[in-house]
Parts: sequence; C-alpha cells; structure tokens
Amino acid sequence: MPKPAEQKQIQQYPNLREIYIALIRNYPSYKKYQSDYETFVSQINRSDPKWLRDTRSRAATRFQELGFPTANHGNERWKYTSVAPIAHSIFKYKPSTDTDEINLDDIRHSTPHDKEWTKLVFADGCYRQDLSHIHQNGTTIVSLSSCLKDPESRILKTHLARYADFEGDGFTALNTAFLTDGAFIYVPDGIESTRPIHLVFLSTGQSQHTASYPRALIMTGRNSKLTIIESYVGLTDNPGLTNTVVEIAAGENSKIEHYRLLAESAESFHIGTTRVNLSRDSFFSSISISRGAKLARNDLNVILGAPGSGCTIKGLYITSDSQHIDNHIDIDHATPHTSSDQYFKGVLTDQSRAVFSGRVLMRKNAQKSNASQKDLNLLLSDKARVNTKPSMEIYADDVQAVHGATAGAVAEDALMYMRSRGIDKHTAMSLLVNGFTSEIIDEIKPAYLRGFVGKMFSAKGNINHI
Amino acid sequence: MLEIRNLQVSISTTEILKGINLNVQKGEVHAVMGPNGSGKSTLANVLAGRPEYEVTHGAALFEGQDLLGMTPDERARRGIFLAFQYPVELPGVRNRQFLKAALDSVREHRGEDELSVRDFNKIFDEAVQSLEIDPELIKRSVNEGFSGGEKKRSEMLQLSLLNPKLALLDETDSGLDIDALKTISKGINRHRNKHNAILLITHYQRILNYITPNQVHVLIDGSIAMSGGEELAKELEAKGYDWVKEDIRS
Ligand SMILES: Nc1ncnc2c1ncn2[C@@H]1O[C@H](COP(=O)(O)OP(=O)(O)O)[C@@H](O)[C@H]1O
Ligand SMILES: [Mg+2]
Repeated sequence: MPKPAEQKQIQQYPNLREIYIALIRNYPSYKKYQSDYETFVSQINRSDPKWLRDTRSRAATRFQELGFPTANHGNERWKYTSVAPIAHSIFKYKPSTDTDEINLDDIRHSTPHDKEWTKLVFADGCYRQDLSHIHQNGTTIVSLSSCLKDPESRILKTHLARYADFEGDGFTALNTAFLTDGAFIYVPDGIESTRPIHLVFLSTGQSQHTASYPRALIMTGRNSKLTIIESYVGLTDNPGLTNTVVEIAAGENSKIEHYRLLAESAESFHIGTTRVNLSRDSFFSSISISRGAKLARNDLNVILGAPGSGCTIKGLYITSDSQHIDNHIDIDHATPHTSSDQYFKGVLTDQSRAVFSGRVLMRKNAQKSNASQKDLNLLLSDKARVNTKPSMEIYADDVQAVHGATAGAVAEDALMYMRSRGIDKHTAMSLLVNGFTSEIIDEIKPAYLRGFVGKMFSAKGNINHI
Repeated sequence: MLEIRNLQVSISTTEILKGINLNVQKGEVHAVMGPNGSGKSTLANVLAGRPEYEVTHGAALFEGQDLLGMTPDERARRGIFLAFQYPVELPGVRNRQFLKAALDSVREHRGEDELSVRDFNKIFDEAVQSLEIDPELIKRSVNEGFSGGEKKRSEMLQLSLLNPKLALLDETDSGLDIDALKTISKGINRHRNKHNAILLITHYQRILNYITPNQVHVLIDGSIAMSGGEELAKELEAKGYDWVKEDIRS
C-alpha cells in the first residue's frame, strides 16, 4: 500500500495502477511492478499542466487495453517479431538523477562526438544538464522536463503526442504514459541550423532491468534546415528496456537530415518509434545504423502529407549471436507529387535474425509520385535468417514504384578474386563486408559520426566468426 | 620456374585437361594458344588455385615446390598472378584499398616492410598514368561498372604493382581496340625481365606482334597438340586451328 502522503497523487493517475494490473495479469512477479508503479507516481511533479496529465492518463488507459503487440489476429506489423521476451521480463522505471555517477570518458568512448555539435545527454530518459552542451544558434533546444512544467507551453500542448498516435500502438501508449522528459527542438522559420544536434540517450545499466521512456519532439519552421542525430547507447551489459518515441514535424520547404545510431548493450531491448509528418516541399533524409540490443525494433512512419514532400530512408543493420533486429518502415503517400526512397542493407552472422518490413501506401490522389523500396542482405552464416518483405499498396494509376529484396552469402568468385591477389580469406571477407556496408556509411555527412560508425564496424569485426 | 607434369583436370567428372606437360624458365614468355573451349582458362585457373577444378592426376611445381596443395592466396604471395579472363567486380571495395591490402600481404611474405600510404599512392599513381587509366575511374570500386577494356587495364595495374614472378595472362588481349592493345603490350613488356616468367594465353596471334614469345604452345581439346617458336603463331594465324587438328589426326 502507498504511504498516505502519496495517496492523492495515486488518485490523479488511477489508470497507471491499472496498466500494471494489466501488465501483471499474466506474470507472477506482479508485486515488483506494483512497487515500481508507486515509485513512479511519487516522482511525478504535481505542477504538471492538466493537458499533460490527461494525455498520460489516456495513454495509460490505452496501454491497459492494448497491451504489448502480438502477431496474433493477422497483425502484419508484428508478424516476424515476438516481443514476448519483453513482456515476460520485469523492467523497472528508474529515472536517473543528477547524482548518479556517469563517467564522461565512458560517454566519449561509446558515442560519436564533435565539440561543434550541440549535445543533449539523457540518462535512462532523464536530461543531464551537467553532461550536455548547447550551442545557441537561434534554435530552441531544451529538455522536455524544463519546459513541460511551463503552463504557457502551448506549442507542446498542440504538438506533443500529436504525430505519434498511441491509440493503435501499445509501446507508444506506454511511453506516453510515462512522458516526463526528453528533448524539444524547434527551428524557427528561415533558420538554417548547420551544427548537428546530438541527442544522446544512455542506458546506464546502473541497476538491472531498467525501463526508460525517452521522448523527443522535433519541429522545423518554414525554409529551415536541421541536422539531428539520435544515439542510443548502453554503458554496461545489464539488460534493460528502452522504449522511445520521437515525433518529427517538418515545416514548409524545410530540410531535415536525421541519423539514428543504435548501440545498446547485447542484453538489452529497444523499441524505437519515430513518426514523421512532412509539409509542402519539405524533405526528410534519414540514415539508421543498428548494431546493438538483443531485440530491437526501429519503427518508422513517414506521412508525405503535402505535395512536393519527399524522403529518403536508408539503414544498415548488423546482427550477431542471437540478436534480432526489426526495421519496420511505413510510408504514406497521402498527396500528389511526393517521393520516397528506401534503401536498407543488412549483414547477419551467427544465428541472428533480421526483419525488414513495412508498407508503402500510394493513395488514390498520390498521382505523379514515385517510391522505391529495397533491402539487401548478406548472410555470413548458415544459421542467420532474414525475413524481408518490402510491400507496396498502390491505388493511384500515375505513379512509379519499384521494390526488391535480396539475401545471399558472400560471392565466392569475389572471394577467390581477392585471394588470387594474395589477400587471405579473413581479410578478403572483411573487405567485402566493409564494401557492402560502406555504401550506406559513406552517405553519413557529419564526419565524426561517419568515422565512429566506420570504426564501430571494422573494430567489432563482424567477420570474426568466420 | 614452373614445371607441369602430366596434369589432368576435371570439372564435375568431365575431363578438361588431359595430361599437360610444360616447362617455363625464368625470363621466358610462353604463349598458349587454342580455340575456345580447349582448356586454356582451365589451365590458368588451376595454377592460380580456383577451387571448382579437380586435379585427377599429375603435378605442378613452382620454384620446385608443389603448387597444387597451396591455397590461392599463398600462391599469390609466392609470386603467381592470374589476370582473369573475366575480372570480378568488388562492389564497395576501392581500388587503392584493395591493392594496398594485396601489396601489404605480398610484401610481408617477401620479408619487405609495409609501404606507407604515401609511398603506395606514389607508385599507384605512376602505374595508373603509364597504363593510361582514367584517374577518376580508378577511384571507384574494383571493376565496378568498368567496360571490358577498362577491366583488362585494371588487371594490368594490379600486375604492375604486385610484380609477380609468374604472370598467367588469360586473354588479356581480348576485346581491346588497337590502342588499348598497344598500351597493355607496353605494360607487359615493361614488366618482363630475366627474373620473371609469363604464360600468355590468347585466342589470337595479334598480341604476339607486340610481345615476342620464347615458345608457343597450341592447346587443342585439353592437350598440347603442338609447340614451337614464335613463327608457329604466324602459321596458326594463316592456317587456323583446324590445320593443327588435321595435322594431329594424320
Ligand atoms: N565451371 C565449369 N563447369 C563445367 N564446364 C566447364 C566449366 N568451366 C569450363 N568448362 C568447360 O571446360 C572446357 C574448357 O573451358 P575453358 O578452360 O574455359 O576453355 P578456353 O579458356 O580455352 O576457352 C569447355 O568445354 C568448357 O565448357
Ligand atoms: Mg578462356
């Protein structure tokens, strides 16, 4: 039972209790969730605005109804990825505080960095001003925790939780129920934010089975530009759950360059939800690099909501051991003259698994649009498996659309050719794998990020297993 | 340098080479000529160690050592180089990076120091220039999107940097226009010296106008049907391969 002093707050969040009841129904260790819940409620600031409290409460109710997604009942979105390992574990919400020791060197080693970049660091979802560094350049760059309390934060009220719909998605609902901190970036009209803004989400692993719910709202005004990098990094091998939601709304004729680096620990779970909404003539280009986490989902949804909008979505995933990485990309061509281009590559070793799925929807009025969707996989072991299912649903008649997928081993003739030049098999293999991945890595514009990713893969030696 | 004794080779139970005997000394160029399908590439590929062939009989010695038991990369490190009839594309692997890796391992085997990037770039750029290779083209991935002729030049670039003792040139002249043929021949002649040897495999006599062989062998249906001096190539050009076939029959 909660202590009497906390009674009132619990009354304010009746549904949160029910989330946990829903969660625990099937799992015997519910008592731990109960105490976790009490801790969480006791930490919520009573001065949060009503709209926020209502949003959380509605999301909590919705999670209670939805639960975690399953592949049952023809749920194509989760057909190849089972989140049972998440549902069957207990992850405790344990926000980090400023007093938690985090070594700056640890961060430097495990994240890309450049002193020219603005850096916002979050430890288990909580903003750490002491570890962050903001270059002011006319852009609003703040933590959500610092501006959510502001009753005047009308822009947040209007936009937060607007693009990432929690009605149909259990993970988004759960994240929204715990919405307390994260990043808010707003580039005003006409501002070209040339320095990359780096959001560093650390899983500290300071205790076992921590759940964190990072959140970001990123908005650009008319004729603006933004480069944004999200890094998700595990500092220890402790298992944990990161359930993150990022909402991006691009203003007219704005250009957003987006990078997403996933380097969580080998024992952790990661669910990343990104929802992007594009206005007229805006462009979103994204490159995701996925390496870490035992089970990871990169769930990206782009709505090409106005004529002239477009996106290129590229990604590279490298899996080993018994990892499972799922990229699920939905693109909605909702208007005419829109374009989307998806290009993913995967390298799989050991008994790891990858999933590439999603749907490109070309609605009836999406005339004069074009879309392409491609996923190429290199299987470095007989036991590795990939489910790759590019798919398009086309209702417009005047569009161009192509899609394709491949999966295969390293070409024997290429290996032989290299060996006939004196290169040993191991080196030949790594040159070929690097050649395969470089097509994506070379597209990364910020030099320090490109270098970091390049090193991450060559040092990690995805080919050590061969 | 190379001694081949009664070499018999099959691919999936079909016998392709039916007992080849060949001796190539230091400083020599041997031309191997023959019609399509006679087994020229098979011979070169077996010597380089391509895995799809089965040696059913015989031996091949390189500098007195059994070649057939070595891995393809070991053969290359010891100084054997195969210029492929159909060079392979290596997507994403850049020419400089590829050749640096190859040269590093060859030099290491010879007990030489690894070249600095600067020294490497210097000899790379010189070779690119002397083979009249487009410097923009060579920035690309190995052979990717190269025309047939560009691929052959790229093979010659690799040859000139790796400087092998024994070069097996498998139809390096095929598909080249006359200017390209001259450039490539010049490259081969520059490489040729009294310490190395070349097995020049060709379908046509044309390249022998620029490179004078010490010996010419005619390969017909998996056997060496005839051997002779450089004049044999001219005779073949005039009379065709059928003449050799008839000659064997009678
Ligand atoms: N991989 C292979 N599988 C089956 N047969 C092959 C293969 N490679 C070559 N051959 C056959 O071996 C014979 C010799 O081929 P090759 O050595 O390429 O001849 P050349 O180079 O003289 O044209 C041909 O009859 C050809 O069809
Ligand atoms: Mg041939």
